Amino acid sequence: MSYTAATVQLLDIEGKLVTSDATAEYLPYIEKLSDDQLREFHRQMVVIRRFDIDAANLQRQGQLAMWIPSLGQEAAQVGSGLAARPQDHIFPSYREHVIARIRGVDPMRIIEMLRGLSHGGWDPKEHNNFHLYTLVLGSQTLHAAGYAMGIQLDGATATGNPETDEAVIVYFGDGSSSQGDVNEALVFAASYQAPLVFFLQNNHWAISVPVTRQSRTPLYLRPGGFGIPGIQIDGNDVLASYAVTTANLDRARSGGGPQFIEALTYRMGAHTTSDDPTKYRDNEELDFWTKADAITRYEKFLRSRGAGDDFFAEIEAEAADLTADIRRRTIALGVPEPSQMFEYVYSEPHALMDAQREWLANYEASFEGGEA
Amino acid sequence: MASSDFTLPDVGEGLTEAEIVSWKVKPGDSVEMNQVLVEIETAKSLVELPSPFVGTVSALLVEEGQTVEVGTPIITVSSDAELPTPAAEEATEIADTAATVAAAEEKPHATLVGYGVAGHGTSRRRGAAVPQVAATDAPAPRARPASVPAAAASVIIAKPPIRKLAKDLGVDLAEVSATGLAGEITRDDVVRQASQASVFRNIQTPEWGDQREERIPVKGVRKAIATAMVTSAFTAPHVSVFVDIDATRTMEFVKRLKNSTDFAGVRVSPLLIMAKAVIWAVRRNPTVNSTWTDKEIIVRHYVNLGIAAATPRGLIVPNVKDAQELSLLDLAKSLEQLTLTARDGKTQPAEMSGGTITITNIGSYGMDTGTPIINPGEAAIVALGSIRQKPWVVDGQVLPRFVTTVGASFDHRIVDGDVASRFVADLASVLEEPALLLD
Repeated sequence: MSYTAATVQLLDIEGKLVTSDATAEYLPYIEKLSDDQLREFHRQMVVIRRFDIDAANLQRQGQLAMWIPSLGQEAAQVGSGLAARPQDHIFPSYREHVIARIRGVDPMRIIEMLRGLSHGGWDPKEHNNFHLYTLVLGSQTLHAAGYAMGIQLDGATATGNPETDEAVIVYFGDGSSSQGDVNEALVFAASYQAPLVFFLQNNHWAISVPVTRQSRTPLYLRPGGFGIPGIQIDGNDVLASYAVTTANLDRARSGGGPQFIEALTYRMGAHTTSDDPTKYRDNEELDFWTKADAITRYEKFLRSRGAGDDFFAEIEAEAADLTADIRRRTIALGVPEPSQMFEYVYSEPHALMDAQREWLANYEASFEGGEA
Repeated sequence: MASSDFTLPDVGEGLTEAEIVSWKVKPGDSVEMNQVLVEIETAKSLVELPSPFVGTVSALLVEEGQTVEVGTPIITVSSDAELPTPAAEEATEIADTAATVAAAEEKPHATLVGYGVAGHGTSRRRGAAVPQVAATDAPAPRARPASVPAAAASVIIAKPPIRKLAKDLGVDLAEVSATGLAGEITRDDVVRQASQASVFRNIQTPEWGDQREERIPVKGVRKAIATAMVTSAFTAPHVSVFVDIDATRTMEFVKRLKNSTDFAGVRVSPLLIMAKAVIWAVRRNPTVNSTWTDKEIIVRHYVNLGIAAATPRGLIVPNVKDAQELSLLDLAKSLEQLTLTARDGKTQPAEMSGGTITITNIGSYGMDTGTPIINPGEAAIVALGSIRQKPWVVDGQVLPRFVTTVGASFDHRIVDGDVASRFVADLASVLEEPALLLD
């Protein structure tokens, strides 16, 4: 349930940079960053956490049918999300709210989907190549592998120009890694040496099934069997996530073939609001990961580099503003007319739909007067 | 001064009701946005509901312990500030960059934003507060049952086989006086306790209740049982028949199964033979395995075999799906699993729906027979009475034999006396001679 000797960590739990042979390859990526860029990591993590928590509250208040929390996984997502270049394509799972935001997807699109108002679609072309949330476990890895193979056929990668060469990154979890789809994607990506980075967020729980029951081996060792290099990082270390993902994407875009990153993190909350994790896991594990929290340690790091109270207050205010805005817009969404559900089944008038519409209207009408 | 009701939301996916377990606020309290108002229990779990309003609690509309439907107003909160309502607010599409969001977000939401400033950032990271989905600092919901073993249990010394024996005999080790050298409980201690317990079973009678009368709210499983029983008893005219039989060969068969290596580790009891008998007898008398719909009788050519199970929450009837497809061993495993799941209170709704015929094992309570009420939607229910040695006439001689009573109730709209009798006679013949199952 904790880190291993192989885990790449650039920022330890106390918020201090780790200088060692193992980190020497990656620290230069951090040294290149400006203070503003370093602070951007923090801003993204704090704002999304507040949004995520308030969205869960909105569900408990009857405003959403369901919420899928990202609580605890902010560093893995923010670091890797900011490592992707504009020309890269991102295939998310369904928990990468902050990467959606980084790539310009309004969080309301996710809210609308989980309120049951939309099917979750957005045009990746208009949202900086951020593809659709995929609720079917693991199938996005195949979409990503196919897309990466297409990039090769287009000649849009491995030309030697890192400013235009494209790569693909796909997000999935420890539970999905047991799916056939993911294994097929690994085979295809390896066979075609596609420019694809597999980014596995190991949050330790596939709903109620612990990762230890799904894999007898650390997950970063699995891609080795497919001929793909794997690396394990501290997923609660935003700097490790950024640096290692940057290095892996660069390798993929320059013709180095597929790469695989396992980010060790923890799902601090429930799988979704329909789940109750207190039924199947204990506080010990939670305590460990609470101490390893991404935001706490990164705040220490920034303070040691001179960030002051005003900076943190500013971020808090921004987070509060965003959640208040989302709350207001969510409540304003209202409830669609039930008749809408019949309108998009057939393009032309249809007798069966008319009959069903009428039945529902009569049924609804039968309640009138019965209730105060 | 605006007043708003908070209606019970569906916190799962498709839940219809929840019980109000405990209020965390009272009238007159001021509440912050997302402050925990109440703890509710759904069919799935305990859940804390955060306040969607800022203001003062005017009234709690539902008492603790009551179960209410989703959509019922449960609390009224009045606020000094005008709350944002969909109509009043202009739903401006705000581009999702933080800068514009910050600029656009100002006056009417001062109260909404307020809670966040009040120390959200750091407190959230405290250990126990994190696991709940809700954003609050409330403590973790309930001590886990696993942590229950209390002080009393820690001083009991007994080897695992002795603990198992005690469990099998229904002996509470805490009540056994130990005679072992090191203060451990011995096999004899457990056996002695068990024999006393059976002789003086009723010796410990609880005191009369303090109050003269007690009112137990009708809800949950009890309410569901009541509805099902009334529906069945007052729509299906019941007819019951009984027969006494010699089940000695069944008992011998059960004993042989218990000793066979194929059935090692699997619970085998006369109920298993009865289950197999019911499936066999249904094939010979299909109409007992059917549903009455006023327009037609739906005869099921498969058996979803229901087993009435007493659980801490009340009676439930989970069923073994397509039991006719199962071998004796698989049927035994299914019955055991179904009983364990029911006893743990983990039976899922799907496991209780779609039953076609039911067995109630009242023999496990020492009863000889009864006139059970049919599970709604079915046409018959079989009662298996206790099996014990009684005098029985064999070839003109009175011999001790294992005797039991097989009884069953039928929906007389579907099943007449002749079919009912043939069905019960078939069951009886299998219990008298299990080899008939080789048919």
